[in-house]
Amino acid sequence: MTQTRHEVVVTGIGLVTSLGVGRQAHHDALTGAATPVAHRDSERFAPYTVHPLPEIDWSAQIARRGDQRQMENWQRLGVYAAGLALDDAGFKDNIEACSSMDMIVAAGGGERDTAVDTLIIEEGRKRNDREQLLNDKLTTELRPTLFLAQLSNLLAGNISIVHKVTGSSRTLMGEEGAGISAVETAHARIAAGQSTHCLVGGAFIAERLDILLLIEAVQGLGKNSGQPFWNSGGTANGVNLGTSGAFLVLESLEHATARGAHIYARLDTVVADRGPRHQGRLEQRLGRLADEAGAPASGAETIVFSGASGFPELSARERTFLKTRFPDAPLRTIGALFGHSVEAQFPTGLALACLALDAGAPISPFAAGEDAVAPAAAGSAIVTTIGHARGEGIARLSRMP
Amino acid sequence: MSKAAYKDHLGRPLVAVTGMGVVSSLGQGIKDNWAALTAGKSGIHPITRFPSDGLSTRICGTVDFIDIPAANAVERSFAFARETTVEALAQAGLSGDFDGPLFLAAPPIEPEWSARFELGDRVKPGDMTGNAYEQFLAVLREHADPAFHEAIMFGAISERLADMFGTRGLPVTLSTACASGATAIQLGVEAIRQGRTDRALSVATDGSVSAEALIRFSLLSALSTSNDSPEKASRPFTKDRDGFVIAEGAATLVLESLETALARGARVLGIISGCGEKADDFHRTRSSPGGAPAIATIRAALEDAGLSADEIGYINAHGTSTPENDKMEYLALAAVFGDRMAHVPVSSNKSMIGHTLTAAGAVEAVFSLMTISTGVLPPTINYDNPDPTIPLDVVPNVKRDATVTSVLSNSFGFGGQNACLVMSAEPA
Repeated sequence: MTQTRHEVVVTGIGLVTSLGVGRQAHHDALTGAATPVAHRDSERFAPYTVHPLPEIDWSAQIARRGDQRQMENWQRLGVYAAGLALDDAGFKDNIEACSSMDMIVAAGGGERDTAVDTLIIEEGRKRNDREQLLNDKLTTELRPTLFLAQLSNLLAGNISIVHKVTGSSRTLMGEEGAGISAVETAHARIAAGQSTHCLVGGAFIAERLDILLLIEAVQGLGKNSGQPFWNSGGTANGVNLGTSGAFLVLESLEHATARGAHIYARLDTVVADRGPRHQGRLEQRLGRLADEAGAPASGAETIVFSGASGFPELSARERTFLKTRFPDAPLRTIGALFGHSVEAQFPTGLALACLALDAGAPISPFAAGEDAVAPAAAGSAIVTTIGHARGEGIARLSRMP
Repeated sequence: MSKAAYKDHLGRPLVAVTGMGVVSSLGQGIKDNWAALTAGKSGIHPITRFPSDGLSTRICGTVDFIDIPAANAVERSFAFARETTVEALAQAGLSGDFDGPLFLAAPPIEPEWSARFELGDRVKPGDMTGNAYEQFLAVLREHADPAFHEAIMFGAISERLADMFGTRGLPVTLSTACASGATAIQLGVEAIRQGRTDRALSVATDGSVSAEALIRFSLLSALSTSNDSPEKASRPFTKDRDGFVIAEGAATLVLESLETALARGARVLGIISGCGEKADDFHRTRSSPGGAPAIATIRAALEDAGLSADEIGYINAHGTSTPENDKMEYLALAAVFGDRMAHVPVSSNKSMIGHTLTAAGAVEAVFSLMTISTGVLPPTINYDNPDPTIPLDVVPNVKRDATVTSVLSNSFGFGGQNACLVMSAEPA
């Protein structure tokens, strides 16, 4: 574990989900008296359900139309959420701070041109020289700049161009693990004094046929609309992908204090691992990670944000673990309200945890009738993400005294 | 040796390289690669992996001599990385679980077209309408395809390496485009400097050359079209350079704190003494005209190493052979090295192995360390028509003997990615 020489705090939150745009919209929805209503779309990609992009005016964070046109929605959403986080931290348009700011982005790949792909598949059915067909069609049909909208590291590249964050730029990949590693790396660097302020996060667009394919390749997607995340037997009902852009500004406490920044929460520890999951190995590993994260014994005054993906058995095991390890902590299943956002899932959980710790008020249940009502505002939060195929991460955050 | 001798100018642990492995179009293993590289041999050849008739670029530096169970980028990238890691660990004298973190630079993954065609063939005749992806989803709803799933996951390569070599924790898979290999090394160095590990495995691999990958770069006018003489196509710093040659490869470096390495009697191949990075906010594919971010990156690496530009004896250039990179790289180097620039040898490995993309920064770091340990500068081949606006000593066409104690290696990539490494001989 990292030898903590500097405390790491969160000073900026940029969050866009199906629930709305920005920190305040999420704060209002999650601290009201009523359980927020999940925004789902079960028609556009039937039989699948997705949590869609909310109404959004890209120009609010991506001023130049030319920049907007160079991206597809995945990159636009990430650039937008990053801009929100910078704004929120008071760094927006602060050229000096942004030019020395580090950046770690969790990324998958961008949107494919499904019309071109469809054309090639259709033509290919009539031809026995498919490789030649492929060369001909790709050469004539692909938009040259689409490549740049697909490249994983070009989300970070666009953040540099639009928001002038240029201290460093690193893109981490690997599904859910990418989001975990991004936060883990940023935390470790700041704690060790290798970085003073860092933009970290990711984006995910659920409304993509080419991304639904990833989860449905192992038949992971939920197919019955209107079902709750958890069924009565305690297993999950399948993955509903959720659009989310989640970025945080992390700073050393000294750096944040020196400039009088508002501190949402302290990011105490981030731990991660991987390995076999059979025969209780997953639970053993989670138990060790929870201990390493310094998680409180039973979870009193703690709120748990679970990034459970929705795979029935896997999520059930996570839920059982969390209820055993943190019997006294109210559990909030991110996927129930926001869907599963793969690379952005862990950063989304962290953003929600920061809102909860900063709110000074209990966070409403994410699903009516499923989640325990929190009796009081939490003083600490646990965020989990268990990758749908591999990788597990746990973060612990505390309210600043 | 006193405790202070294990620390750098900022009191951080010195990071030694104790094992290396490499694969490129020149062959497998450091011995064969170094022999070919110092002999000025080119690994560039006509494309045989897929038909290239009618394409504007029909040459490449693919690695086609390592067996893979299925022809896709995940299998190929994994196989290369496995081979270089086996070589590196053997050289380091390490066996059993590695027990340190893994930092893997890997190419962004997409389904192969062969896999899409195969899914398309499984569609029921009645379903063959509408968007192809809706058809694919209908197929997968009936029959899951775990092999396809694994072949399209970005985390699949590091997972297998982690299992095979017993690395610790959640492996990091990264992409900083053509700077990825350098970033993988930088992450390893940072982890050791943080004190959270005594050793780290930095791996970079790229087995992603396909028709679509090639065509995408072609559409951006990035590739050489000198198809008639493949081995002459990559000609960095010449007047008639016309683009890079897409290639494959991998490299692994075993990083250890110098103190730990010496304590277990390991042979030290060199020190990663400095890492620098700085992003460019100018354009998605083009660098800032004045090269300011590249200049800042080189300076950051030197500062991190605690060295002045005068102490660099050789530069392993990014040297892609694109009109723009080579010009910008020269400008940046000239700004940092000043009047001394004309006297510092600078060569481009890419003149022989092409651009190994994700792997390049690590492959070229291995070769830089070989220069330090053998006292040989590999040449820049195909330097027949020098660009008069780039007055560099490029070690033209023939290797040169030189004693070098510190090397600068540059990596610049799409998306404003810049990363530089400084590598040094073991302190006396």
